[in-house]
Amino acid sequence: MNNVNAIAVLAYRDLMKFLRDKPRLISTFIFPFIFIVALGGSLQAGFGSDIGYNFMTFTFTGVFAQTLFQSSTMGIISIMDDRDNDFSQEIFVSPISRYAIVFGKILGESLVALAQGIGILAFAAVIGVPISLPQMLIMIPIGIAICLVGGSFGLIIISNLANRRLADQIFPFVMLPQFFLAGVFSPIKRLPIYLDVLSHISPMRYAVDLTRSLFYTGQPEYPKVVLDGVFINLIVMSAMFALFLVLGTYFFVRNERNR
Amino acid sequence: MISDAVQEVKYQVPSLDVTTRTQPIIEVENLVKRYRKADRNAVDGVSFKVMPGEMFALLGPNGAGKTTTISILTTTLAATAGRVKIAGYDAETQSSAVRQNVGIIFQNPSLDMNLTGEENVRFHAILYGLYGFRPTYSTMPREYREQILKLAEILELDKDIFKPVRTFSGGMRRKLEIIRSLMHRPRVLFLDEPTTGLDAQSRITLWQYLRRVREEAEITICLTTHYLEEAEEADRICIINMGKVVAYGTPVEVKANLIDEYLVIDAEDRKQLRGELESREIHFTEIPQFRIGLNGITVHQILKSIETPLTHVQTHLPSLEDAYLAIIGSGDDE
Repeated sequence: MNNVNAIAVLAYRDLMKFLRDKPRLISTFIFPFIFIVALGGSLQAGFGSDIGYNFMTFTFTGVFAQTLFQSSTMGIISIMDDRDNDFSQEIFVSPISRYAIVFGKILGESLVALAQGIGILAFAAVIGVPISLPQMLIMIPIGIAICLVGGSFGLIIISNLANRRLADQIFPFVMLPQFFLAGVFSPIKRLPIYLDVLSHISPMRYAVDLTRSLFYTGQPEYPKVVLDGVFINLIVMSAMFALFLVLGTYFFVRNERNR
Repeated sequence: MISDAVQEVKYQVPSLDVTTRTQPIIEVENLVKRYRKADRNAVDGVSFKVMPGEMFALLGPNGAGKTTTISILTTTLAATAGRVKIAGYDAETQSSAVRQNVGIIFQNPSLDMNLTGEENVRFHAILYGLYGFRPTYSTMPREYREQILKLAEILELDKDIFKPVRTFSGGMRRKLEIIRSLMHRPRVLFLDEPTTGLDAQSRITLWQYLRRVREEAEITICLTTHYLEEAEEADRICIINMGKVVAYGTPVEVKANLIDEYLVIDAEDRKQLRGELESREIHFTEIPQFRIGLNGITVHQILKSIETPLTHVQTHLPSLEDAYLAIIGSGDDE
């Protein structure tokens, strides 16, 4: 019970921090805007109907998954932010389970990412991405699943890093390639074998594909945009979440104390 | 085992009268910490005991190993060797019980600047399992609201507790941290250089608050500092340098053990004075004045026994600062 309260308060704190940080609020919506409108719109204009589906919608579904995944991954870095200077010290000396700390953090960053996701949905509806109400509603549980995987992915990455500066340097290298390998705004149906292998080990691939497999259910474009289908995506994501969470927490706590 | 016994004897200090019948609340035995990739031990065989209700100061220059020691005592860092017991619990194997029984104020403020003072305290209370999660102050139980207001009043922060921490001064932030650390009624309060970065006035008032808090909350206080005048206020001090204990005891004992009190006298007729001192069997050294150790003999007794007219009389009573500098100076290569 104590751990449940601790998880709740940790998550609540992250959400409060986000909502009170106005510059961060604004900046989180700028990138999705650039990707969906500028990139999706220009590709749509360039390739037109040759590709057989609406490129703006394709990019929107990809960017939705990518934003949530990346936001929760990056949010986890703030757990290292910092061992010397912040509330983290206070959290680490409290008598709660280390798993509760890590899980509360992932949950909190997931809430933050979800708030961004809802913003993207509203924004997409306004600029005229064709989206129905059921499609909008199914995006919420998808978003939660993506955030949990993204958060645990962030954890396993930082669990073996010594400090925040190192984390900031490494993250572009683990995030940016996934933009392309996961097919956020580029079709990856046909890839050379080496890229296909890399794509299959990119966690973001499954987040993006889960989004599209549910978004496009019953649509004529489904076979053209979906790779693995709902079932496989969910299994892979659950396995990754469990593995990353357990291993990540173990390494993180061990490295935290054995300095 | 033999080395254990030696340590025991070495640091056996006559207990303060209030604590003779009780068990130590902090026991540190041969604590060693070597950081990964370090070529020397940051803490190198440190042992000490703290009795319940004491104000204990860990004193030493920067880099002596104070923060490392406190991190191990508060379970945020694993020791390389040695044993630590806090309130009867082992810091290595019972870390959760230790955490429940200690409050910690870190060297750098560990407050969340985005939250108000009260929110920082509330989050702490929930993390320590005192109350269930509630999103606002007004939905928290009455007991919580009374406790925080009472503490805020003691520390004179009652007007500002609901303001964002960002707007607090350094002294106010320290006070808020004290309030927060006392919410779960810890038995030991650790403070790592609590007065660093505070102006002289805030430093003095912080000490007054700590004394009040110690009385009202019946708590043991263990703090680190590199300010001597602060350590002199403590019941017992432990001076560490280069990871080793170099002095341990009450400020009076440390002073007495480390530097002799002595009397310096001189006369125009030094030959006569020398003869007189020798005939009275008073030991002295000539520097070239006569320096007489005051071990078991008072200034009055010495002066009374001398008939040679004296031109110079000076007693030397060491301050803790003298003792400290003597110790630190001997091993300091900075």
